[in-house]
Amino acid sequence: MKHILTSIWSQVVTLYLVLQHTFTKTDTVQYPEEMPYLAPRYRGRIVLTRDPDGEERCVACNLCAVVCPVDCIALQKAETEDGRWYPEFFRINFSRCIMCGMCEEACPTYAIQLTPDFEMCEYDRQNMVYEKEHLLISGEGKYPGYSFYNVAGKSIKNKDKGEARNESAPVDVRSLLP
Amino acid sequence: MQGLLIYLIIFGTIGGAFGGAAVLVWFERRLLGVWQDRLGPNRVGPLGIGLAFADILKLFAKEDWIPPFADKFVFVFAPTAIVMAMLLGFAVVPYAPGIYVVDLNIALLFFLGMTSLAVYSVLLGGLASNNKYALLGGLRSAAQMVSYEVFMGLSLMGVVMLTGSFSLVDIVNHQAEEGWFIFTQFFGFVVFMIAGIAESHRLPFDLPEAEHELVAGFHTEYSGMKFGMFMVGEYLGLILISSMLATIFMGGWLGPDFLPPIFWFALKTFGFICFFILLRAAVPRPRYDQLMTFGWQYLLPLTLINLLVTGAVVLWL
Repeated sequence: MKHILTSIWSQVVTLYLVLQHTFTKTDTVQYPEEMPYLAPRYRGRIVLTRDPDGEERCVACNLCAVVCPVDCIALQKAETEDGRWYPEFFRINFSRCIMCGMCEEACPTYAIQLTPDFEMCEYDRQNMVYEKEHLLISGEGKYPGYSFYNVAGKSIKNKDKGEARNESAPVDVRSLLP
Repeated sequence: MQGLLIYLIIFGTIGGAFGGAAVLVWFERRLLGVWQDRLGPNRVGPLGIGLAFADILKLFAKEDWIPPFADKFVFVFAPTAIVMAMLLGFAVVPYAPGIYVVDLNIALLFFLGMTSLAVYSVLLGGLASNNKYALLGGLRSAAQMVSYEVFMGLSLMGVVMLTGSFSLVDIVNHQAEEGWFIFTQFFGFVVFMIAGIAESHRLPFDLPEAEHELVAGFHTEYSGMKFGMFMVGEYLGLILISSMLATIFMGGWLGPDFLPPIFWFALKTFGFICFFILLRAAVPRPRYDQLMTFGWQYLLPLTLINLLVTGAVVLWL
């Protein structure tokens, strides 16, 4: 008997609790007219950023292409006369991309970043393939003021080893010998 | 009754029932949206009400396909049966004093008979489809409907005893003198409501079309307007049960004088429809054996005790 009464009571409580939702605000928004708030760290369309000098941050290390679980990133390394590496082409196939953000985590130079934008539908699948000129933005993205070559120990033109920021001069390993 | 008026009422009933069923398709989804903290369909026309017509248009425009393995005649006949039976059920509903299609002296029996006939539609649809899911759905619905038919009829007998008549007009007039039956026949009301939901296979008891288990149950093979007929039949059943609950237990057209009687009837019916949609939003579907146990072990004894007490009161008080 107690079991029956508690079951009936639980149904009544359920009805009451659902009825209360008549007066709650909706969780959804009317999307095309009213945009939902997307956090700055939202994982949407992928961009390539530039360093403060306006140069490409990407050094074509291929880590993003390696870590990409769906293999949607393709790039080819090239080198300037300064000794700086850069991608000769950089291609992301967004019809494959699952917006997992692994490439952003793997990137040692903060070059590849995901942005809060997801409206990238196309009628033609081929238009989903983005080349470097589509991916590159003119800004610095989420990490302003960061320039990889200024802090890295790689020697390029006008900056030898040991001249980077916070970098001590290279140690002459032979001097450590007894 | 004058010739013209009766035609007006008949066509008003048919139009109102079909229009109500069409609008309910939209209204139910909108209300479910409200209770699930979302907006629901609100794009077509003001408040999205145009969705009802868009749905009908879509169903009519679909290919009318009969599976080659189906029993053709029965397959086509089944969806019409539920609509016919439910529409005939509306014939005995009194909307207001003088506004009803017919005041049968066996109105309640006629209503029970018509809802029973609706079972054939589900059963034949499931059988004629030649599909195992449809057959299982039809099988379940047969057992469920036959079981719940019993308490549905018995739960109304208390009302009939107190009124001394099967006529729905007499029942409402009796409530005008003695008070609404929801107070004197509360258990009859509860049992009739649960059995009514089971009869119109609405959500807590929609085992014949349990989509998680049986694809779509008895109407798995149906598409286009033949599926639409099942849909309309279900919503007609919902309106019919709601109007019956309003008439038999909530005093039908009775209400304060500042509004016309038909408005009170419509308001009560609308309230019950909303309550049924709330049930759909809130209560999960029971298992099949739980459904049967609930019916035979709890509802049947409850109805019989209610009948016994009512009989004793009528006899000795």
